[in-house]
Amino acid sequence: MLSPTDRAPLAIDARGVRRVYKAKPKPVVALDGVDLQVEPGELFGLLGPNGAGKTTLIKILTTLLLPTEGSASVYGFDVARDTRQLRRIMNIVSGGEQSGYGLLFVREQLWMFSQFYGLGRSEGWTRVDELIEAVGLTEQATQKVSSLSTGQRQKLNLARGLLNDPWILFLDEPTLGLDVSAARGVRELVEGWQRAVPGRTILLTSHYMAEVDQLCDRLAIVDHGRILAIGTPDELKKRVQSESIFRLEIDRLDGELSAIGRLPGVLSAVTPAASDLDHDADRQTVVLKLTLEHDAALGGVVAELGRRGSSIVALQKSEPTLEDVFVELVGRGFAESERNGDERPAEPDQVEDDALVERR
Amino acid sequence: MSVYVHRRTHSPQQAARWSPRRVLTTNLRSIYGRAYPRMIGARREPSWVFFEIALPFLTTSAFVFVYRALQAPPEYVGFVVLGGAMTAFWLNILWMMAAQLYWERDQGNLELYFSAPISMMSILFGMALGGLFMSSTRAAVVLLVGALIYNVVFTVDQWLLLLLVFFLTMGALYGLGMVLASFFLLWGREAWHLSQGLQEPVYFVSGLNFPVARLGFLGVLAVSTIPLAVGLDAMRQLVFAGSEHVAPLLPAWAEAGILLIMAALFIGLARWMLRVIERLARVEGKLTMKGT
Repeated sequence: MLSPTDRAPLAIDARGVRRVYKAKPKPVVALDGVDLQVEPGELFGLLGPNGAGKTTLIKILTTLLLPTEGSASVYGFDVARDTRQLRRIMNIVSGGEQSGYGLLFVREQLWMFSQFYGLGRSEGWTRVDELIEAVGLTEQATQKVSSLSTGQRQKLNLARGLLNDPWILFLDEPTLGLDVSAARGVRELVEGWQRAVPGRTILLTSHYMAEVDQLCDRLAIVDHGRILAIGTPDELKKRVQSESIFRLEIDRLDGELSAIGRLPGVLSAVTPAASDLDHDADRQTVVLKLTLEHDAALGGVVAELGRRGSSIVALQKSEPTLEDVFVELVGRGFAESERNGDERPAEPDQVEDDALVERR
Repeated sequence: MSVYVHRRTHSPQQAARWSPRRVLTTNLRSIYGRAYPRMIGARREPSWVFFEIALPFLTTSAFVFVYRALQAPPEYVGFVVLGGAMTAFWLNILWMMAAQLYWERDQGNLELYFSAPISMMSILFGMALGGLFMSSTRAAVVLLVGALIYNVVFTVDQWLLLLLVFFLTMGALYGLGMVLASFFLLWGREAWHLSQGLQEPVYFVSGLNFPVARLGFLGVLAVSTIPLAVGLDAMRQLVFAGSEHVAPLLPAWAEAGILLIMAALFIGLARWMLRVIERLARVEGKLTMKGT
């Protein structure tokens, strides 16, 4: 990541971005005053259900859509005015993307796109072959694009996104519909690509909380066109759980449990009801759920248990998930938000287009 | 250099600074890049031989038999074969130029074209170049097979002017295709109806199967507005040189001038419209498909 003293422009600087789509019976507000600053070199995530406004924000940042109000720039290039410069340093990859032409071979399709970024004829083929190998499509290189599976297709899309060595890569649900192995491959490639050059930035949208948690330096939780929270995954998790929670499994517990609860830094010590336990009931162990003011208080508990002759069989720290953060901020679960978000009206022109596609 | 680093630049600002030469070469490469699928497609999907040569050839043959039954001068059979060949271009303009951007949007290509560092005119030129290649092959086959089967004798005494008229006709036709493509971006489904509505009337007023002068004022109107009409009128004069049945509306050189003006006008109009429509589409969200 570049230091602030480098005075480099922000990778993304959105101020008061609002986007309203014309629709009947009333306009749809897709973004409602979004402020977002992303530093060069960050892998930044946008997390939110369908209809939250993530894709609209990406479309604005990639010059495909103008904000109704507010302003946005990418590496100092205004998305409304400096489109030529901005398009030279960015690329975009969307999950489920069906771009290109099915009759072309995989190699040919990538080569065609390489021409749109000005790669020379033979330079284009060399670059294409490198990327095909990197994404693991060597065996499919001379297959028609139309014959690729969803996972292979997405690898192809990712290779296309890296053709021009962008400084900023917009990844809109890049692992949508991929199996675990393919998704891991995509994540590794993306991370490797970003680390290769300091200052490269990725803006990632995803439905997959674990993916965002694993990959992103920082993230924003978006819902109904608004950013509800921004921070590192750890910072956001701490918002919903300031104390440390541990689950201890010990071979036996002699003496009073309440004495452990009175140790310095221990907020509570309980043995959960049997129905809350997920371990094998036949095991002769005792489970303790400890809520501590801070991690350091655990030492006192361990010492006390040792003094009583208890041996620790297992120790696990309970971390809140981004799902917990989402529920805390939005007031409903992610899956529920997905269902509700889907009910938001489509863009007016899309309604007509969908009808036409079916007719064809 | 590696798969992660291809062309190293020190900053985004440096990477965004392109010389005029690089801008030009990138756009030229884009033209070829976009033409490529069409050139390959002609080889990879041989079904076009049946749908775009065999079937249209039946229509051409029907006119030939009618003219023969009416004992029309032999040049009329030649007019029909020439018109049959030119049909390939008009169909290509309507369905693979005008409607293409609309399909490209459905596929998700349009947003990639617009987000690439190139002019959309390069994409349109590429589509035109590829379409011209495809259609020329088809037109040449129809012309050759038709001439052989129906014993058409072409008499050309101004080859250079004929080539000039052909390429100017293509320039004007594909320029019109670019204008129509812009309309498609703006109007969507309504433009689809426009294409359907234009297909047959243009066949008729262009005089694909007869000298356009037979249409009287309508013919004059067609020659002054429709590239196919003026191009065909000029080509008929040039491939049946000296025939009294050609009945041209204007001398071929004058029609070449009209075609030149049309080509410049349509291409200029398309360029202007693309700019306006891109701006409008970015306001209205019409460059992309789905998702909020």
